[in-house]
Amino acid sequence: MTDRARSERRLGWLLCAPAAIAMLAVTAYPIGYAFVLSLQRVDLRFPEESGFVGFDNYSAVLSSDLWWTDLFNTIFLSVISVSIELCLGMAIALVMHRAIFGRGVVRTSVLIPYGIVTVVAAFSWQFAFAPDTGFVNQLPLIADDKDWFGERFSAFSVIIMAEVWKTTPFMALLLLAGLTTIDDGLYSAAKVDGASAWQRFTRITLPLMKPAILVALLFRTLDAFRIFDTIFIMTGGAQDTQSVSILGYQQLISRLNLGLGSAVSVLIFLCVLVIAVIFVKGLGARQPESGRA
Amino acid sequence: MADIVLDHITKKYGDGYEAVKSMDLEIKDGEFMILVGPSGCGKSTALNMIAGLEDISDGELKIGGEVVNSRAPKDRDIAMVFQNYALYPHMTVRENMGFALKLAKVDQKEIDRKVEEAAETLDLTEHLDRRPANLSGGQRQRVAMGRAIVREPKAFLMDEPLSNLDAKLRVQMRTEVAELQDRLGTTTVYVTHDQTEAMTLGDRVAVMRSGILQQVDTPGELYNDPVNLFVAGFIGSPSMNFVHGKVSGNEIELPFTTLPLTEDLRSAVGDSDGREVIAGLRPEHFEDAELVGDHLGAGVTFEAKIDLVESMGSELYAYFDAGSDQVDKVEQAASEAGLDELAGGDTNQIVARLAPESKARRGETLKLWVDQDRLLLFDPETGERLRA
Ligand SMILES: Nc1ncnc2c1ncn2[C@@H]1O[C@H](COP(=O)(O)OP(=O)(O)O)[C@@H](O)[C@H]1O
Ligand SMILES: [Mg+2]
Repeated sequence: MTDRARSERRLGWLLCAPAAIAMLAVTAYPIGYAFVLSLQRVDLRFPEESGFVGFDNYSAVLSSDLWWTDLFNTIFLSVISVSIELCLGMAIALVMHRAIFGRGVVRTSVLIPYGIVTVVAAFSWQFAFAPDTGFVNQLPLIADDKDWFGERFSAFSVIIMAEVWKTTPFMALLLLAGLTTIDDGLYSAAKVDGASAWQRFTRITLPLMKPAILVALLFRTLDAFRIFDTIFIMTGGAQDTQSVSILGYQQLISRLNLGLGSAVSVLIFLCVLVIAVIFVKGLGARQPESGRA
Repeated sequence: MADIVLDHITKKYGDGYEAVKSMDLEIKDGEFMILVGPSGCGKSTALNMIAGLEDISDGELKIGGEVVNSRAPKDRDIAMVFQNYALYPHMTVRENMGFALKLAKVDQKEIDRKVEEAAETLDLTEHLDRRPANLSGGQRQRVAMGRAIVREPKAFLMDEPLSNLDAKLRVQMRTEVAELQDRLGTTTVYVTHDQTEAMTLGDRVAVMRSGILQQVDTPGELYNDPVNLFVAGFIGSPSMNFVHGKVSGNEIELPFTTLPLTEDLRSAVGDSDGREVIAGLRPEHFEDAELVGDHLGAGVTFEAKIDLVESMGSELYAYFDAGSDQVDKVEQAASEAGLDELAGGDTNQIVARLAPESKARRGETLKLWVDQDRLLLFDPETGERLRA
């Protein structure tokens, strides 16, 4: 390495350092601290019984039915809502991309749900589906006395709707960014080559958008996996609708069991890590070149 | 294979702009037709209408005798080569070339055979499994050609296919394209803004300006017999010189000399003595008087003060002043004819292309000779050529 390259590299590190230190302070430290807590018995109701217990907290969590039910709920909600968001988001992105007039208005109005605080959105949806005062039960084909939050899967469906409504715009914007990188000439070429509209979508658009789709899925899956507000507002975790984040919250905040709660948090962190690794691997693997040849 | 007929084709874009105005063009079966004109004159629009990528606002388009106005591109059986190649970046060369056949549900073995055959002709065999991003400009260009030829379509449509290549490669590919078209004998419409490509490639050349077709002819006819100032100035490199001229009896007075009028030109200008015209003389129809030899009698000799000399090795360009009193009139006519849309349309200077042996020196006076038979005259108002 030449002197010049060496000093450039050092400058690079120096320039990164403030950001790296900030990141370490706000992420690595809490994660490390949570891990340390998770290896101890720390229950604020019994402060004198604190002490190192190794992986006991983890075996307690992993052997409880509650953890597995909540994990299932979380995965179920994430998969369903992210899938719906992907399809809807793609449709909206295609519309926004092709919109000839009123582009600005379309893009802004699509974004509105994303700008609303999750808790507020969750309340709105809850009110809409409330058995007594909500308007949904007044609609035809829906029983007037249906108790949406009284049963697990109907509660799930409302939760999913609220989630989808709120975060589809984000998905659509990420996908739109990917869509705009595709050279329009490719569609002309495909038209001349005899591709129908559907074939152009599946054989040109989708493969070329793979990186954008993976990034959008990554963001949204990580987000969805940590679902908390919507469930907290709508059911509070009743009817077996609890997510892992709510479980962690209950252990930490309601029951003041910092050791057990931290173990849940660390497990959530590990799940998120696994998801991220899977997506990043998918991104790295044979990433198609950008849309322009 | 098929002929292509444009019958009063017009394109009006959504914003009301008429990019192609009532274009009439017949492209014969197997013909290599060049569509040439300055950038923005509507060449691509015309080509896209033939391809079906743009709707035709008015008029009728026939391919192989059938009206295809309302057919989608895929039902017109044409192949297209784009300026930026538009290769599918996520597919290998093989997949790019076979894409159309695959969509047409051709048997995979047959696709492989055709793709390999085309790759062979285009010297792409060893690159078949690479992706476009990893190829050089010339190779990408050939893949784009390959994608068109594997389909064995009724016609090829090419939109400035060589303009993204460097000068040397462009010349080489030009020959290859010409040979390929000759061998396949497929009807081809080739769009370019480069008059050298137009002159060297095509059977016939259609010259366009601001959406209006000016002249359709063989390259030779366009060069010798342009219909107006625009075509005269557009075809030929360097461009034709235009000077102000005044008819006087059997002669025409130019700023730098007086030329006798041929019989044809005399009848073309009529007997209006003193009529003002624009005279066109190509740089190659000048010569250093010392080097003309036997032809001296076929032209007129005059003296000019040389302002600038450019030596190309094989030839030499000498610039001299056209005389400023006439410049305004010519400039106006030239700009009305659209010649200022072209690069290097300087009406102030006359360019003469001389043999490399010429002793022309900057700042010195040189005896020049001009071929009087090659003089072309144009109406200063309309820009139309004055012909018998
Ligand atoms: N989609 C469009 N909408 C409006 N005007 C257009 C459109 N496409 C091209 N034009 C205009 O039509 C004219 C011809 O364009 P084009 O056919 O691309 O020219 P060329 O290929 O000869 O350079 C240009 O003036 C251009 O601005
Ligand atoms: Mg063009």
